[in-house]
Amino acid sequence: MEIINEIKFTMPSLSVNEASARAVVSSFLIQADPTVEELSDIRTAVSEAVTNAVVHGYRNTKGNVELTVKLLANREIYIRIKDRGCGISDVKQAMEPLFTTAPEEERSGLGFSVMESFMDILKVKSSVGKGTTVVMRKRLSPHEN
Amino acid sequence: MKMEIKSGSEAATALLSGEIDHHNAKELRSQLDKFIISVQPALLVMDFKNITFMDSSGIGLIMGRSKLIKECGGSLEVKNTQPYIRRVLRLSGIERIVKIT
Repeated sequence: MEIINEIKFTMPSLSVNEASARAVVSSFLIQADPTVEELSDIRTAVSEAVTNAVVHGYRNTKGNVELTVKLLANREIYIRIKDRGCGISDVKQAMEPLFTTAPEEERSGLGFSVMESFMDILKVKSSVGKGTTVVMRKRLSPHEN
Repeated sequence: MKMEIKSGSEAATALLSGEIDHHNAKELRSQLDKFIISVQPALLVMDFKNITFMDSSGIGLIMGRSKLIKECGGSLEVKNTQPYIRRVLRLSGIERIVKIT
């Protein structure tokens, strides 16, 4: 699929950067003129993925979180969030609603459920000790001229 | 992220403003818990009128406060949630535990 535009943003795994990631995505998406709901869905899904990287990927360490956003020719938004943290030993279990390894931080275990519900496609690849990559896609509604 | 808590004769209201994410939830949790433990209100209303964003961190924030206030003999309500916030909340089933409008 032809890439119309693409942005890459790397940030340290500080919780304050959850908002930075949302701001970057929002700014980039202005060119595609999404609906308020589409923008809200994507911002929320990105927030969940970056939070997972900060809270779980780099639980006892610090590292970088890489955010890639692409606008494709068919008005599809491609988003990749990658960390090089501890990785997930059982991705299937981690994606089950309400499963959390951080109840002390009041994590609800719904991060992946939100990403799955708010985006069209969610793919998670993880390797213990190497990190996790989340890829999400969402097709925006046809543009009205 | 700002929060203003007002105590009334029947209920206390916490007016929250800004974005609720994992980063901001920590501070909100701390402030609300201090209030709940010291005042022990019969009813605490979290007013989301000025909330401009919320991810699943908000679910943990609401659930945690609901649990604490129940332990103190009170109850929690959440009001003025915008449609996109209700979509996040609906995924959790929290509406069965806490009154949300």
